[in-house]
Amino acid sequence: MSSATCARSQQRSRGHAEFNLTLFSHPLNPVESSDIAVADGLCFGYGRQLVLEDVSFSIPKGESLCMIGPNGGGKSTLLKLMLGLLEPTRGSLSLFGKPAEEARKQIGYVPQAVRFDPLFPITAIDIVLMGRLDRHRFGFYSRKCRETALQALAEVGLEEFANRPFSDLSGGQRQRVLIARALACEPELLLLDEPTANIDLSVEEQFIETLALLKEKMTILMVTHDLDLISEIGDSVLCVNHRVHRHSLPLSGETIREIYSGVRRVEHDRRARHVHGDHSACEHD
Amino acid sequence: MEITPPVSMTEFFDAVQNIPLIRYALLAGIVSSLTFGVVGSFVVTRRIGYIAAAIAHSILGGIGAAIYFSRVYDIPWLTPMIGAVIAALLSALVIGWVSLRAGEREDTIIGAIWAFGMASGLLFIHYAPGKAVSLESFIFGNILLTSRSDVIATVTLGAIILVLVGLFYHKLVAVCFDEEFARLRGVSSDAYYLLLLAITAISMVLMVRVAGIILSLALLVLPAATASRFSRKLWVIILVSIGLTFVYNTGGLALSFELDVPTGPFIVLVASLVYGLSFALKRLVR
Repeated sequence: MSSATCARSQQRSRGHAEFNLTLFSHPLNPVESSDIAVADGLCFGYGRQLVLEDVSFSIPKGESLCMIGPNGGGKSTLLKLMLGLLEPTRGSLSLFGKPAEEARKQIGYVPQAVRFDPLFPITAIDIVLMGRLDRHRFGFYSRKCRETALQALAEVGLEEFANRPFSDLSGGQRQRVLIARALACEPELLLLDEPTANIDLSVEEQFIETLALLKEKMTILMVTHDLDLISEIGDSVLCVNHRVHRHSLPLSGETIREIYSGVRRVEHDRRARHVHGDHSACEHD
Repeated sequence: MEITPPVSMTEFFDAVQNIPLIRYALLAGIVSSLTFGVVGSFVVTRRIGYIAAAIAHSILGGIGAAIYFSRVYDIPWLTPMIGAVIAALLSALVIGWVSLRAGEREDTIIGAIWAFGMASGLLFIHYAPGKAVSLESFIFGNILLTSRSDVIATVTLGAIILVLVGLFYHKLVAVCFDEEFARLRGVSSDAYYLLLLAITAISMVLMVRVAGIILSLALLVLPAATASRFSRKLWVIILVSIGLTFVYNTGGLALSFELDVPTGPFIVLVASLVYGLSFALKRLVR
């Protein structure tokens, strides 16, 4: 670990301690300090076969949680369940004490930028304004909406690109526009789907810095395979592979590597290995 | 694109002043360029050109059914226009419902509706009693057959479309760009997608009047396709499409009147040439 990274992580853990302190200094609101997302015995299957089975976890307010796991392990499914786009087959999942679908207003979702039609004629600011759709009835967006959208773009460092067409932006810039769109929702929870998957290494550091700033303001849950991102942003890791295991962070770099090498191996060997072993280094809840 | 010798233009203007048919055709052309420019841009952007084509072909079924039933059961209000609107909306809903529920491949349904519309239309017209119906004006279009009631219908339907798009512009764009995110923001994406298809369906009815079933798609799509080669902003594409459609409609009408060629094919030919030229022009600009 470089000294810079060390310094940053120290800073972060201090920030975290302060954060916890402020939580406990609100004796009137003990419920608020509790979890914003709770899954209990959650099961989901598309057909007869269950993709997720007996999944239980909770996300405390302010935490940055990274979801890792092999392809087909159920990460995207879990994300969709949290967005209320899918209904649990069994068990329960609540966000902000409500069923997922009703909690959408408080969630900002950031999909992968590659999903979009590159020829679609739209500017960055118009995409960000979509984050205000629920406050918009018809006609033009209000001035307040535009201000919020511009502010969100500024937060990801793209205010000069407001009127650029989406197709003219680089992969990293497109991804940041989508983050700005989620921020325009003024969310309490940010859900990101592999935010660094299509970003050049050269701009990744800048990208991670953007997320590190956001981490101080809201709860973050992201699917990612990016080790740098996990070590810079993550407080804990959720291994999703049919079932779910939580690993608390900060862990030493070595442990992270061990968890991750476990996942890597699973990606080659599929399920069996992960379920039956290779968690020796991890502390399960 | 309007390269008209001045002498014939005056002849055309004389015709506009003296022949009501030409006046109606011109009026319908002007009004509909607004509608077509807007809807065409959405169709190109959302890549639903083939859905529009299927709807256009299904319209013949509606026209045939309207002629048949109005003659057999003596229903005077059941005009071909009304039959066309009903058929177009029905096909739009069926295609939309299928593509949303994903029970069947979308292109299969598009093909089926396409052929079903044509086949049922031909049969209805074959068995309709009374004066033989000329298919030609439906299939190839004839803007010069535009009547006063057609102009009224064009203006009314066009106004409805423009108001709907104006009110829900941002929601329609959002649903076209990312229906999942729109849904997460409380927009009923399915409803807006169906609205877009319905708007497209009504445009196709108006379009068939001008260019006929076979050529209408080109007239809807080509101006927007040309415009989108030069701009990456939807509102610019819409404005340019409106302008191009206006030039094609009025210029095409005037020129085809002067040169005595069928209007629909002439307009579509010009629009295709301009679209082709836009590739060369873009290369030059670079």
